[in-house]
Amino acid sequence: MNNLDLDVENGGIYAVLGPNGSGKTTLIKSILGMVIMDDGQIEVSGQSIKNNWLYRKEINYLPQIANFPGNLRVNELIKMIKDLRNKNNRADELIQLFNLNSFLDKKLSTLSGGTKQKVNILLAFMFDSPVYILDEPTTGLDPAALLNLKDLIRKEKQAGKTILITSHILQFVEEMADQIIYLLEGKIYFRGTMQSLLKKTHQTKFDHAIAAIAIPSEHV
Amino acid sequence: MKNTYLLVFLISICSMQNVDASVLKICAACPIKSIKQGIVQANANDTLLIKKGVYKEFDIQVNKPLTLLGENYPIIDGSDQGEIITITADNVIVDGLFIINVGTSYTSDYAAIRVVKSKHFIIRNVVLEKLFFGIYLEKSSYGKVYHNKIIGDAVEEFNSGNGIQLWYSNNITVEKNIVQHVRDGIYLEFSDDIIIKDNISTNNIRYGLHFMFSNNDSYTGNTFENNGAGVAVMFSKKIRMHNNVFKKNWGAASFGLLLKEINDSEITGNTFEENTVGISIEGSNRIDYKNNDFTNNGWALKVRGACYGNSFIANNFLYNSFDVSYNSKLNDNLFDQNYWSNYTGYDLNKNGIGDIPYRPVKLFSYIVNRTPETIILLRSLFMDIIDFSEKVSPVFTPDNLQDKNPSMKRIR
Amino acid sequence: MPLRQLQYPLNMFKILKYSFFDLMRSRWSYVYFMFYLLLGFVLLFLNNDISKAVITLMNIIIVLVPLIATIFGVMYYYNSKEFTELLLAQPVKRTSIFLGQYLGVAGSLTLSLIFGLGIPFLCYGLFRSMVIWDFALLLVVGGFLTMIFTALAFNISLSNENKIKGFGYAVLMWLFLAVIYDGIFLVSLIVFEEYPLDNFSLAATMLNPIDLSRTLILLKLDISALLGYTGAVFKQFFGTNLGFLVSLGTLILWTVLPISRLMLKSKRKDF
Repeated sequence: MNNLDLDVENGGIYAVLGPNGSGKTTLIKSILGMVIMDDGQIEVSGQSIKNNWLYRKEINYLPQIANFPGNLRVNELIKMIKDLRNKNNRADELIQLFNLNSFLDKKLSTLSGGTKQKVNILLAFMFDSPVYILDEPTTGLDPAALLNLKDLIRKEKQAGKTILITSHILQFVEEMADQIIYLLEGKIYFRGTMQSLLKKTHQTKFDHAIAAIAIPSEHV
Repeated sequence: MKNTYLLVFLISICSMQNVDASVLKICAACPIKSIKQGIVQANANDTLLIKKGVYKEFDIQVNKPLTLLGENYPIIDGSDQGEIITITADNVIVDGLFIINVGTSYTSDYAAIRVVKSKHFIIRNVVLEKLFFGIYLEKSSYGKVYHNKIIGDAVEEFNSGNGIQLWYSNNITVEKNIVQHVRDGIYLEFSDDIIIKDNISTNNIRYGLHFMFSNNDSYTGNTFENNGAGVAVMFSKKIRMHNNVFKKNWGAASFGLLLKEINDSEITGNTFEENTVGISIEGSNRIDYKNNDFTNNGWALKVRGACYGNSFIANNFLYNSFDVSYNSKLNDNLFDQNYWSNYTGYDLNKNGIGDIPYRPVKLFSYIVNRTPETIILLRSLFMDIIDFSEKVSPVFTPDNLQDKNPSMKRIR
Repeated sequence: MPLRQLQYPLNMFKILKYSFFDLMRSRWSYVYFMFYLLLGFVLLFLNNDISKAVITLMNIIIVLVPLIATIFGVMYYYNSKEFTELLLAQPVKRTSIFLGQYLGVAGSLTLSLIFGLGIPFLCYGLFRSMVIWDFALLLVVGGFLTMIFTALAFNISLSNENKIKGFGYAVLMWLFLAVIYDGIFLVSLIVFEEYPLDNFSLAATMLNPIDLSRTLILLKLDISALLGYTGAVFKQFFGTNLGFLVSLGTLILWTVLPISRLMLKSKRKDF
């Protein structure tokens, strides 16, 4: 990835889209400091992330694959993340919301994919942080949980949080996102609201617009 | 003239008393002030009672059958001038003396006590320090060296002497002596029918006990510890070695026991512990090794040169780095019913004897003989693999060298 | 800033704690523990002689512990990849994550070793026997080898994204250090036997942690044989406390070096 210049204002939901290998994950991982850049600079809430790890207090991250240490129990994992972040949290409220009570004493390796994803969401949403990064948040969720997730995201948005989402579920993106950031081959190919995307591609439907933008010949 | 008769009479009475053995006291305040003076004045079979004190004397010639008895360990200080007591008469007893400062010489073997061509002597309870040679028995016989303590300060082999030395002597008992820090603790040359019993010979520069050309001797119950090498038995035959302890004789050329050109001997009930080599055997034949314990030695047995008709039966080989090393492919010796702690076989019929034979010679011991530095690879997996393959199909080690009836339990 | 300095070791211990709990509950820890328990009991039962059992164990330990630590280390690293990524997104320093995980693995393996072997030997009257120091040395060497080979395994897996490759390299490393190295060592000693080899052989020993541990064991079990060698350097090394101290010091160095590389590498790596 090079020559990527992205400035995200405080507040709002940003959907990062793009075909496989376009650099979505790399972008997220760079922000989280998991991928270390050769060059360039990233700032989160005004502080540079280079040789810094405390800034991650500002970020709530929902990883794409919810795989946890299998021998830990759910409540131990929650306790551990609480322990690590040492911050006010609303874990109990979220446990109620996602009906996780009966799973608290289960080992993580015995959970189904959907339940794991609920735990994943719980871990991401239990702290009050200004930035949210959600990598494929809808994976494996049942309809009720999906509704809860959407509610949660909307509430956070209303609270003025900045939320970065990647998803393959276009319907979800269409419903939630304020702005679309379309990446292609490590570059920002498009950035703007849903309306401007539709306008630019002369399409009426979001999925068609995305399909259309992915054909580079139109622009060259 | 009457007086003259009286004098003769008195003298004869005195001499009669002397036949009954009288006691002559020697001390600084006594009429007799020195041992030499005492010997001159004494008659045969008298006792010189030497009181506590320091006697600066050397070259004391005991030329009549006397008893030299020390009271509370009088010190006889030779002032490094030469030999201190030389016994040239039969039936001499030396008891309870503390003898120091024997002269060191490169031409004569000065001793603290030397017995020359005499019989029926007893040397006991004597303490020797700062000596060159300690007790030197020369062409003497039927004597006893009992319960003496010899503490030298030898550093180098060339300018030190032996603790107890027997040269062309026979029928002598050496018992319960303690010998330390001399060249050879006990040395025998051309001496037959000697019994060496219950001595403790430690920290000597060369050997704890050394035989040369001496036959029909026995040594039992002795302890040889931390000597340059434990015991060397060379060019002798019919030696009986029982129940001795050979311990911590460490070094490149060190061993618990060296047998060189020894024939028809017995080695039973001894303990060889933590020696670089337990027994080093060269050109020795028809020796019975039985009921010995070899514990924690570098090599329990190192066999070199031609050795025939030896039998190793019912010994314990415990935790030695190497049990047996051979430098030839030939074997004419018997190993049977020993206990080997390195044995990994099994006993399915529960008769106490392992079902597969034990091969005590490892290939690795050959490699170490050839390139000594390889010792550092002892206990490595690679060596174990090589040893195992040699065990399966012997190429370098004698094929028939095996204990066909290895004991499953330690032999008590 | 003081907060930051305080949080670093604190977070590391938290991660260590959870890795450790995770491992203590895993089947493999029990397999490892049971294996040592069984090994201890079987050896003691077969030999019925505690000294002999300790000697046999020493021979086994220096080869087996590295193998188990290597495999376990690689396995744990690859299996906990997602957990690691979860932690990476948390406000935790990278070195804390890897050091914590490393110490968790090495610690649980060491404990399995100590308890797995300790229990049978205690049952057979270790404290009443003369070999208590040999046994203590055995555990110390086992502990060091676990630390070293877990660190090496972490290094290998950290440098190889591909699990199969990482596994392959790790097992090769073990095979090399446990067997092949000594083979090359032996051959070069025999080929160059005309030359003074004291220093070479001591240096070659220091360069392999398995050989180094073996040396510590030799110093305890085979000192009588070692002193049979004439070389002055050997004599100085094995005849005094120097050998023990140098070996122990180098073993510590062998532990510290892979751990520092692990920390350095973990700082630079992309996930």
